[in-house]
Amino acid sequence: MSGILSLMLIVPLAAALICLFVNANQARWIALGATLVDLALGGVLWANFEIGGAQWQFVEYTPIFGRFAWALGIDGFALLLILLSVFLMPICIGASWEAITDRVQEYMAAFLITEVLMIGTFAAQDIFLFYVFFEAGLIPMFLIIGIWGGANRIYASYKFFLYTLLGSVLMLIAMMYMTITAGTTYIPDLMAYDFPAHVQTWLWLAFFASFAVKMPMWPVHTWLPDAHVQAPTAGSVILAGVLLKLGGYGFLRFSLPMFPEASAQLIWLVFGLSCIAVVVTSLIALVQNDMKKLIAYSSVAHMAIVTIGLFTFNRQGIEGAMMVMLGHGLVSGALFLCVGIIYDRLHTREIDRYGGLAINMPKYAVVFMLFTMASVGLPGTSNFVGELLALMGAYQVSTLVTLIATTGIILGAAYMLYLYRRVVFGDLVKDDVKAMPDLNRREMALLAPLAAVVLWMGVYPESFLAPMRNDVATLLARIDRAKPAGDSLPTPGNPAAAPEHKSAGHGEAAKGAAH
Amino acid sequence: MDYAAQLSMVLPEIVLSVGGLALLMIAAWGGQAVSRLVSWVAVLVLIGAGIALTGPASSGGLAFDKLYSADLFGAYAKVLIFFAAAISIIIAPRFFARTSGEDLRPEYPILILFATAGMGMMVSANDLLTLYVGLELNSLASYVLASFMRRDVRSAEAGLKYFILGSLASGILLYGISLVYGFSGTTIFGDIATAYAGAEGAAKIGLLFGLVFMFAGFAFKMSAVPFHMWTPDVYEGAPTPVTTFFASAPKVAAVALAVRVAIEAMGPVTSDWRQIVVVAALASIVLGAVAAIGQTNIKRLLAYSSINNIGFALVGLAAGTVEGVAGVLTYLSIYVVMTLGSFLVVLQMRDANGQPVETIASLSGLSRTRPALAAALAIFMFSLAGIPPLFGFWAKFAVFEAATRAGMFPLAVFGIAASVIGAYYYLKIVKTMYFDAPAPEYGRETNPVEGGLIAAAALFVSPLGYLLIPVLGAWSLAAARTLF
Repeated sequence: MSGILSLMLIVPLAAALICLFVNANQARWIALGATLVDLALGGVLWANFEIGGAQWQFVEYTPIFGRFAWALGIDGFALLLILLSVFLMPICIGASWEAITDRVQEYMAAFLITEVLMIGTFAAQDIFLFYVFFEAGLIPMFLIIGIWGGANRIYASYKFFLYTLLGSVLMLIAMMYMTITAGTTYIPDLMAYDFPAHVQTWLWLAFFASFAVKMPMWPVHTWLPDAHVQAPTAGSVILAGVLLKLGGYGFLRFSLPMFPEASAQLIWLVFGLSCIAVVVTSLIALVQNDMKKLIAYSSVAHMAIVTIGLFTFNRQGIEGAMMVMLGHGLVSGALFLCVGIIYDRLHTREIDRYGGLAINMPKYAVVFMLFTMASVGLPGTSNFVGELLALMGAYQVSTLVTLIATTGIILGAAYMLYLYRRVVFGDLVKDDVKAMPDLNRREMALLAPLAAVVLWMGVYPESFLAPMRNDVATLLARIDRAKPAGDSLPTPGNPAAAPEHKSAGHGEAAKGAAH
Repeated sequence: MDYAAQLSMVLPEIVLSVGGLALLMIAAWGGQAVSRLVSWVAVLVLIGAGIALTGPASSGGLAFDKLYSADLFGAYAKVLIFFAAAISIIIAPRFFARTSGEDLRPEYPILILFATAGMGMMVSANDLLTLYVGLELNSLASYVLASFMRRDVRSAEAGLKYFILGSLASGILLYGISLVYGFSGTTIFGDIATAYAGAEGAAKIGLLFGLVFMFAGFAFKMSAVPFHMWTPDVYEGAPTPVTTFFASAPKVAAVALAVRVAIEAMGPVTSDWRQIVVVAALASIVLGAVAAIGQTNIKRLLAYSSINNIGFALVGLAAGTVEGVAGVLTYLSIYVVMTLGSFLVVLQMRDANGQPVETIASLSGLSRTRPALAAALAIFMFSLAGIPPLFGFWAKFAVFEAATRAGMFPLAVFGIAASVIGAYYYLKIVKTMYFDAPAPEYGRETNPVEGGLIAAAALFVSPLGYLLIPVLGAWSLAAARTLF
């Protein structure tokens, strides 16, 4: 199977180049075809990924760049995130089918290039190859927001580009230092190299500057609402679905295994910022009039749960963080699609312009309800599994942090249900809203697979927990020496009664956590 | 050593001088009619000089009682200089033919040949006087080139400004040279290094003053802040092919010269000149970026961009190590291609009547009217901004890695953070071309030679360029090693 990762990069790249030389309709079909081929290759990847096998699979290594190498390979974390990317990509192309009429060829090419760079980022095993893919993603996103975005697109595109670039360049210097010190650019080797503790702090901060912006964490999240609001629907889906995962992936791949001592030492910073983010951005989301902005702020809140989970130094926390990332990728992507669908009909994102959609768009109301509930974290949906695991992990480290982070779930329910009530319920009084047709076949085809996977992840999360189980164990073995002492004081309890209590009370989540 | 062997080491400069003189005779009798012939022969002369580099000129060692150093470092820089000079000659005829009033005169390629011969002397100088003579030969030819469009007020102003400020800088440099000579008693680089290493008391202070003045002169020639003031005016006023030349070849020569003096003559006092280089580097990066933001003329913007880029090249010199010098050479190689590519695109900016247009606003919506041209310029801009996966990223990588390796973390961190400011104005060009509504279309005249050169430069800068890293890195390192 060696070479499949390169193939997954070459297919969309070739399609992107071809798209530039054909007419608009051909470009749409080529883009859809290429992304579906990549989805199929992703399926092959998953089917052939040996759970419990070697840590790094599908490894390729060709030192063609002199100073660094074309080194690809994936572990369970990367596999899941690549699957998320290739799954969302055809949906993005489909979402742009009718909404984009201007410069279609360039649009499709930009999306396909984005796909190449995202898969490359997750699959790169050389630290500089990673950086090249990681940074290069800015160029197509800059063009997507700037050319096909809304009214204030230019400001948003600049803000997105410069904000994330500033974060990343500091990381580049840190990477240079690391490779010079360790004498290798190979990520698996660097993950095993022990940097002195005082150096770790600086390196950790440099990486944090980049990943915190990408994540985004409060207070460097302000590029996100602007970028989301101005981007075309499919651009928002990719931003929320995959690009936000780069930050979490970076923490998982670099910050934790390479700088365990610094991660433990600066845990207060991560927890502090995350707790503020959960409360503050949830409250901000509550008062938004713009649907896309509301979902963008909710993304920041969800990502804060991810960072809390990642830095708990225990299995539940890390697995939960990964599950939130995957679940949020699907759910927020779906929510942006839902917003895009009514935006295409009424051309406004203002919540007050809608109302009573349940009457004339019943199918839409049902689908939107499902994703609203998934975003809130209702049991049976993907986000419930992740959020519960992450918070259970956090509880072992800090009860206070868990207490604050849990309010995010309550506030999340408040702003999502408030949004749903204003858009879907109420009286159908506005004439233009009355004229809106229900979902057509194309839109159903986009949302149905998302809904299916959201429920799959909620009902049987084992499919997604299994590939990363060994990798979490490897990571924990690596960072265990720096594990901070938790403030929760578990008592032995009554061993006989515990299993009963668990299966009765927590059902699905306990099953996931028990592994 | 016999003279034949020594002459063979300076063969490139001999080819250029003799070729230039012979063409001067042809031009004197042939007049305007032979302009194109002279241009093409001049390109052949440059190619011949390039071929001459493969012989003893790149490996001979010291010649003429240590006045001249024929080594790989000089040869590396000369390849870039000859290449840039040849491109500047190739693009000229079409520019001058379309510009009202002035047709191409045969003196243009000849002056470029003389300037190139001077630059060859600069980068191979192993003696303060060789250095100065080479630099003046280059400068005098450049002053005339800047004012080549005699009837154009801006061109004349550019020439005059360049001449006055250039003379001042030469004076400062000469003053520095005289101080160094006075306190060390020699003009040979190797002996100066010995004098620096052993200097005590007053002699040490005198030598330090000499060093400061010499670096001020170099900073002027390479247009590093705070001696950059002439650059925007001269670049804007000079005819575009001349600006292309100024932005590429003399920059390489000046930086290579500064590197050689810094390492070979002043190696023992690295910590002294390093302070100057660090300040000049950071100031150039920041000012080159900030001042470019408000520009509306593309040539002025590229002038500030060149100041900005020199700052990055100096980051490599500040490291003062083999890797640093190799980084500078890598940087210059990629910079020359990016700059030539950008100016080739600027040359295509002509209105419906064929008159040159220089405003950035005229680029609006270029991605709709001329998609290929817009894509090429976007590639050059992202590359100059140092965004991967374009090759400009590798240039910055090379110098910053050298600085990191030398332990100069504050320089590396501030320098790379300031590069984000620079990214803003490069993005502005991309934004104008891709996001704005189309402006009146440019004249639809294409030239296969220039189009081919733009495509070649864009391909070099594209991710395909990364495949060249092993070769480019090895050559840069081999060239840098000859200085240590």
